[in-house]
Amino acid sequence: MAAYILRRVLISIGVLLVASFLLYVMVASSGDPLAGLRARPGITPEAIDATARQLGLDQPILVRYWEWFTGVLSGNWGTSVALGQAQAEVLPAVGSALWVTIRLVVIAEVIALLIGGAVGAIAALRQYSITDYTATTLAFVLFAMPVFCIGIILKVYGIEFNVLLINLGLDRWLTTAGPPAGGFTGSPGEVFFKFTGAYILPTIALAAISFAAYSRFQRASMLETMRSDYVRTARAKGLTERQVVLRHALRNALLPVTTYFAYNFGAVFGGAIVTEQVFGWNGMGSLLVRSIQQYDPNMLMGWLIVTATIVVLFNLLADIAYSYLDPRIRLG
Amino acid sequence: MAETTETTPAPTHPGKVPGPPSGSGDGGDVGGVFLTQGQLVRRRFLRHRAAMTALTILVLFILFVYIAPFFLGYSLTNLSAGSYEDPSPAHVFGTDQVGADVFSLVMKGSQFSLQIGFIAAVISTVVGVLLGTVAGYLRRGTDTAVSRVTDLFLVVPLQAVAAILIAGLGGSWWLVGLILGFFLWMPIARVTRAEALALSQREFVEAARASGATTWRIVTKHLVPNMIGTIVVNATLTLALAVLTEAALSFIGLGVQIPDTSLGLVLNQNYTQLGTRPWLFWAPFVAIVLISLTINFIGDGLRDAFDPRQTRR
Repeated sequence: MAAYILRRVLISIGVLLVASFLLYVMVASSGDPLAGLRARPGITPEAIDATARQLGLDQPILVRYWEWFTGVLSGNWGTSVALGQAQAEVLPAVGSALWVTIRLVVIAEVIALLIGGAVGAIAALRQYSITDYTATTLAFVLFAMPVFCIGIILKVYGIEFNVLLINLGLDRWLTTAGPPAGGFTGSPGEVFFKFTGAYILPTIALAAISFAAYSRFQRASMLETMRSDYVRTARAKGLTERQVVLRHALRNALLPVTTYFAYNFGAVFGGAIVTEQVFGWNGMGSLLVRSIQQYDPNMLMGWLIVTATIVVLFNLLADIAYSYLDPRIRLG
Repeated sequence: MAETTETTPAPTHPGKVPGPPSGSGDGGDVGGVFLTQGQLVRRRFLRHRAAMTALTILVLFILFVYIAPFFLGYSLTNLSAGSYEDPSPAHVFGTDQVGADVFSLVMKGSQFSLQIGFIAAVISTVVGVLLGTVAGYLRRGTDTAVSRVTDLFLVVPLQAVAAILIAGLGGSWWLVGLILGFFLWMPIARVTRAEALALSQREFVEAARASGATTWRIVTKHLVPNMIGTIVVNATLTLALAVLTEAALSFIGLGVQIPDTSLGLVLNQNYTQLGTRPWLFWAPFVAIVLISLTINFIGDGLRDAFDPRQTRR
């Protein structure tokens, strides 16, 4: 097991290193950091060349990558070159954006996993029942919907819901600007009120799509385990149906879904980027859009490396968890 | 060529009576008439009610989307209507901020979204099938190399990489389709690799190899034709996924750029009106959902038709 984990960790580090180089080349060749300078009137070509030299842009790409890479290792991720950012440090900017996004993603995914798992299992136990068909239809429709559209619909009707609350003489509950930068303040009741008001709509939007995937996965895997020999054995031993389902079938059926969750993390993150934009959250989504639109290479690299590390980490955890729970994977 | 040896009759096993292939109950013998594999698949698909309904709707929608604008004749650049006109017989879904006919915009956006999805599906299928089958057939170093490349492509969210490339290369519709195609092949490679692993153990592949067939010939003539079901099903699902991903990218302004358009871009320009002029949001939204829902149903029907044992239902 230790050898397997070590091998997986080394492979992950290798993948990350190669990816960082490829991403660096991609980012470096996808824009011109001096475009803003060139557009300014009265700038001589000599001045542009001098700035290019000063930023190291006249160096070969390998040299530039090495400089960037050694900088990252020593904690210097560079500064933003975008206008209005006042040379902001990359690492704190990505860190604060990530903190906003990761909370949303984790909450939404946990909810989706719980509800999706339960619905999928029930649909499998009552195959071809009304419940099953309803769950299937719901999953199909949610699959076909762009994530952001659910967000838009929720947002607009959420605002109308607020109007209704105010008309009833209550405070407005739902907010659509994301969690405040300084955290939620006030009494515990107020914090809870504000927290749910800010999180509930984006969470539903994000969880809806994942729910569709998880419920389908859970249903398929539950159907398979219910037909397996060990479930028949458990029944033959005279266990109650409840014991058979909860202790023998469900536990084994949960395995593929939980690992799918970890493997799927990159896609979920991609969905979160778009959902955040709908709700105007100041997270990884808006950071990415801003960095691309203003062509901010250091910020983009910081964004990509942090995201890539998280994705690789989740895949690694999934691999290790899977091989721990199902030893055939390790041996195969 | 070594294939000439294939014409020599294979030695039959003594005691085994030659005859129609026996086996799965769903064999070629239907009512005394023999059907080829292709005919069987077609028959099963035609009887799949949900998939046939979806296919009919999609085909009608595609025809409508390409033909209707000719009869309407609204220009999307030379605008005469006022800003945000309400729906009327002249403008079924009203007009947008700059006075363009939203119905024509949705038609145009649907065309581009479908084209982008189609390009992305073709490219990702070709790349994924080639890498997957070659990796599964050759194994060893090739397999490891392909799986490392797959790891690399999965490291960053597709939306982010595609957005950066589109910003660098340009946001015309075919480039968006191309870029999406190059980042959607990984699931296809994974399933075709698994099938190639299993198929390459079979006798007919061994026979082909023994008779000196090249890797290219074995992949294209023996492996790919035997996994055509998997390939077609995954291609349809990728098409739906590409349409949705493109919509998301264009919605946050990082996908298709003007003068081209897409359903995502139409949504981007009009979604803020959902509260006051809901049709501006619902028209492009329904078009996206219609496209991806029907394609998913068709994919499901194809899956059932190619492999009746492995139904999702």
